[in-house]
Formats: sequence, structure tokens, C-alpha cells
Amino acid sequence: MIIAERKPINEILDMVSDDEKILLLGCRGCVSVCSTGGEREVEILASLIKLGMKKQGKSVEIIEGTLVRQCDREYIDSIDQWKGQYDAILSMACGVGVNFIANFRPSTKVYPAVNTSFFGGSPEQGVWTEQCAGCGDCILHLTGGLCPVARCAKSLMNGPCGGSVNGRCEINPDVECIWQSIYDRLGRTGNADAMQKIAPIRDWSTAGHGGPRKVLRDDLTV
Amino acid sequence: MVFTPDIQAFCCHYTSQQTIAEGKEGLKEDGMPENVTLNRVVCTGKLQISTLLKAFENGADGVYVAGCPTDTCHNIKGSQRAAKRVAAIKKALSELGVEPERIEMFHLERGFHPEFIEVARKMNQRITDLGPCPLKGETK
Ligand code: SF4
Ligand code: SF4
Repeated sequence: MIIAERKPINEILDMVSDDEKILLLGCRGCVSVCSTGGEREVEILASLIKLGMKKQGKSVEIIEGTLVRQCDREYIDSIDQWKGQYDAILSMACGVGVNFIANFRPSTKVYPAVNTSFFGGSPEQGVWTEQCAGCGDCILHLTGGLCPVARCAKSLMNGPCGGSVNGRCEINPDVECIWQSIYDRLGRTGNADAMQKIAPIRDWSTAGHGGPRKVLRDDLTV
Repeated sequence: MVFTPDIQAFCCHYTSQQTIAEGKEGLKEDGMPENVTLNRVVCTGKLQISTLLKAFENGADGVYVAGCPTDTCHNIKGSQRAAKRVAAIKKALSELGVEPERIEMFHLERGFHPEFIEVARKMNQRITDLGPCPLKGETK
């Protein structure tokens, strides 16, 4: 899922400083699961904004709402239930949600309350790690299921580089050298020979280097 | 003008049990400051960050949580969770330019204990020295 982190409170206060009525909008999708922008976090941020504004001698009215998702048009449309009640929307969804509000509500001010960090998972409570970079041309069948695009500091297709030491990456000993792990896993699954194959120069156009991407499923469009 | 802070204390069932059994008068006799309001919860681990922030929104000058010792919490990790939430609020207060000492976590023995009164007095002194909470939007 998409992992995000709330922005520093002062950055958020600066964004909303000219607005008297704010619709603070959470999302029940990814950002609820990573405890950044769900109902509970909306409640916390609403309190922090009110306290911060009060400290500056200003008052602010906050409507708290949470959509099922902010990345589907049908849910964006449900924002109309608060029509005319706010000056700006502060979205706690990932960047997709903020963009969707901007796309479909052309004259509504919208701000991001979170930094969208990466696609990742939670190996233990309170910890999230990056796993996939959404490159659009998955090669995990060649790399033992471990992603070198997202998890190798250099996104090498033919790793490891010369900086790999004892299974650790040269950028930081806390970082696993994913190519060492790929090699180990290939070995354990009887596939060590795959390391000998040279991956060809990669076409990165599917990874966003060819402009914004789009998926069209004709069977679903009626 | 003499400043009497509004202090909201959140205590779990176990840390406050015997002390509350004494009643308001008993507590007063023991030296409990009258401006400390006790809010009892089943376990401090049940306290949400938003509940503690609401206390500040409602005008508290100081807030504290009294939970079990970290290694002997009745609900195992309840008071550890509370301590983490208090720490998160300390960080948020600092970000807002407010003294993080306005909120504190105390781990107390269960049952009757003079420490229960002691921490109330300690917070009362600390917050009196700090003055009114800037989050109330009033000038000091
Ligand atoms: S808007 Fe973002 S956070 Fe919410 S469900 Fe969609 S992708 Fe996930
Ligand atoms: S190869 Fe591409 S799609 Fe596959 S996990 Fe890595 S970044 Fe994601």
C-alpha cells in the first residue's frame, strides 16, 4: 500500500493560515492502515490546528470528514455533502487523493497534510519499509521476488555493485544489500545460475520517464 | 494576579484505586491540590492522543497521565502505550512552540501510594511556574 507521514504541524498551519473554514478530509484506504490519515488522525490534526491557530490569536472552524477513498471519482463526489461550508480542503490522503480533489473540483483550494512516502509494507507494528517503486515492468521473477528497483540504492539491474560489504549496502550499514539477498535467495531456491545472466539495458519508459502513465482496461469501460 | 492552573490528570483504575476510595475530602487532607481534576480510565493504554489534546483544547494548562509501572501494568503494555502517546504530544507541543513539560507521564505503584499525591503536587508546581498555557491564546 501507499505509505505516508503527516507533515510538520507548522507547515500545515502556514498552508491554512488564510482560511477560516477548513474541511479536513481523511481517507479510509492506505493512509488509515498506516495510521497517517484515517479518522483517528483527522481528529488529532483537527485539535492540533485549532490549538496552533488559537496560540496565534486566530480562530478556525474545522469540519472533520473521512471518505472511503479519495482515489475514486464516486467518493470524491461525496464531498458535495459539505458544499458551501468550507474555504479550503486539507486532505490527509496520499498525493493521489489531493490530485483527485484538484482534478474534479476545479475551483476548490486543496492542500496536502501528508507527505506521500512510498509503496511499502509493515514488517512490525509502527515500522514501514519500501518494497516496490511501481516501475511498470516487473522483473521480480528474475530476482527471487526481491525488488532491485526500489530496494537497491542505485536501482541496479546487474548487481551487486563493488560497495556491497557483508550483505550491507555501502550507503549505510543499516541498509541491506538487496543484491546480496537476491543472490542468497536464488541460491536457496536452486537458481544461483540466474546471477550469471546479464540483464539488458532497460527501457524505463514504463517507469514514468515517458510522462504520466495510464492504465486502460477496455473490458471494464462501458 | 495569582495563577491557579487547570490541571487534568488521567489515571488508570489501578493507580488511583485506593486514593479515590478515600474520597475528595480524604484526598484534600493528604495534600492533593484542588485544581487537579482526576479523570479515571480503565487503563491508560485506552487513552487516545485526541483525548489528551482535547484537554488542552478545553483549557487545561497542564495534563498528566498516571499509569502502572512499565513492567507490571495490569494490561501488560497499557502504560507503555500511554507513555508513547504522551511522548508524541510532547513532540507536537514543541512543534507548536509550547513547553513540552506541560504534559507528563508518570508510572506509579498500584493501590494507595503517597506518590499519587506527590506527582499531582509536582505538576501543580511545575505548571504554576510555567504560567498559563499559550495554547489558550491568552497573553501571559
Ligand atoms: S487516496 Fe491514496 S491513501 Fe486513499 S485509498 Fe487511495 S491510494 Fe490509498
Ligand atoms: S520490479 Fe518494478 S514493479 Fe516489480 S517490485 Fe520492483 S519496482 Fe515494483
